[in-house]
Amino acid sequence: MNTIQQIRFIWKPIVFLLCLSPALFVLGDAFGITGQLSANPVEDILDRFGNWALRFIMITLAVTPLRRLSSWNWLPRFRRMLGLFTFFYAFMHFLTWFVLDRELRLEDVLEDLTERPFITLGFTAIVLLTALAITSFTAIRRRMGPRWQTLHKLAYAVGLLGVWHYWWQVKKDITEPLIYAVILSVLLGVRYFWHLKRKKPGWRRPPR
Amino acid sequence: MLIKKPSDIRPSEITSETNYINRRDFIRAGAIAGGSLIAPGAISAVIPDSRLAKLSNISASPFSTDEAPNSFEDISTYNNYYEFGLGKDDPVVYAEDFKTRPWTIEVSGEAEKTGTFDFDDFMKPFDLEERIYRMRCVEAWSMVIPWVGISLAEVVKHFRPTSKAQYVAFETLKDRDQMPGVRGRSLDWPYREGLTIAEATNPLPILAVGIYGNVIPNQNGAPIRLVVPWKYGFKGIKSIVKIRFMSTRPKNSWNMAIPREYGFYANVNPTVSHPRWSQARERRIGAGIFASKQETLMFNGYGEHVAHLYKDLDLRRNY
Repeated sequence: MNTIQQIRFIWKPIVFLLCLSPALFVLGDAFGITGQLSANPVEDILDRFGNWALRFIMITLAVTPLRRLSSWNWLPRFRRMLGLFTFFYAFMHFLTWFVLDRELRLEDVLEDLTERPFITLGFTAIVLLTALAITSFTAIRRRMGPRWQTLHKLAYAVGLLGVWHYWWQVKKDITEPLIYAVILSVLLGVRYFWHLKRKKPGWRRPPR
Repeated sequence: MLIKKPSDIRPSEITSETNYINRRDFIRAGAIAGGSLIAPGAISAVIPDSRLAKLSNISASPFSTDEAPNSFEDISTYNNYYEFGLGKDDPVVYAEDFKTRPWTIEVSGEAEKTGTFDFDDFMKPFDLEERIYRMRCVEAWSMVIPWVGISLAEVVKHFRPTSKAQYVAFETLKDRDQMPGVRGRSLDWPYREGLTIAEATNPLPILAVGIYGNVIPNQNGAPIRLVVPWKYGFKGIKSIVKIRFMSTRPKNSWNMAIPREYGFYANVNPTVSHPRWSQARERRIGAGIFASKQETLMFNGYGEHVAHLYKDLDLRRNY
């Protein structure tokens, strides 16, 4: 097997299962197999899916800087999967909220969306993630050409919206949102730094 | 004493509504008559100094709800007590070795009787009652808790507040060594709460010392905590070391921290939203993942006893 085959048939399934395991644990805990949910199970499920969505957007946004620093050039091959897991966890978080917490009451949902800014932020992130997930198919990507790249820069906005949503949601203790904010600043900061460096005179784009 | 077990059949379903109401009045009348026959101090509240020990001489209360109480597990493992951590599951872990003896309560301010009292002496003049109350958290979840405690109104009367006393202020212990949360800056310690004198002398509030007929677990505010069933849970200040009768409105911790979101009154009110969530409905803990939320009641369903306290108050502004 060559490297590409190894990635496709060995590493991708392993990473896939690893990425899925937090969801399996939520399911296992809900049925009392792997553990127990708290006395407020809906809040527990909501928090866990939300937290994993944030972790996955961070992991996804870390791919480019990590590859650049490490020259692990195989890393971007996992980016789409990681991005889709961000969508998966964010969507499960949304579904838990919509079905179990808001109990499908559309008037409640509308009130939340319009009157509670942190929910507006979170919902915007879900909408953007959905657009990114739909356009992640290779065929669509090819058809979109260079516009695809522009659209998928929205992943940065998703990170910002997600952290902001969490920050405004917590009651008092901002420790966890702050940790995500710091990680996100580093991930976006290095990109900006490299962007500035690239613009410096005397630097020329290497021939393709 | 008899501890009510959660049951599928509620008394209200067995008894016809009229008989049910009559029965409640009968119990209430009995309790009032009984109370007047017993000389003050005849049953003195003795709180054993050992964890979860059984309490004795507890009388039932006409103010108790017939709703099925939450399990001891729910009540003792899911609560907020920021002195022991910010997670709901932190207090049960970090309060385990909390020392509730020796314990003193300092009573000060606008009252004839003031001083620092040993906990056991503080408790002696009062009678223990079981009060099964709904508890509505400002975070839109709720429980039913079978508290054991003493009437706050009796406690207030005992210390003979002067005419200057318009408010009663409470303070929690602030102990950096025992309370890991106090080392953090999540709130401005010590935790502070307060009531108007009219609220404090209403028959509903209690100083709770027990749950399910036993000594109250550390994580729920041992050895003594406030319970005000028509207000959001954060008014229920835990592990009280100071009680002060004041002529001016005392500060309360959550209002100090985020005044836009938490007021002084904190009355349960389904029509006034928290800025970040609706208070119209609540999730009853223990009901299960797929149980629907229930409507939140004005004053948490205790309006008949307390609504008159606020008849001249704009509850939108005084949240």
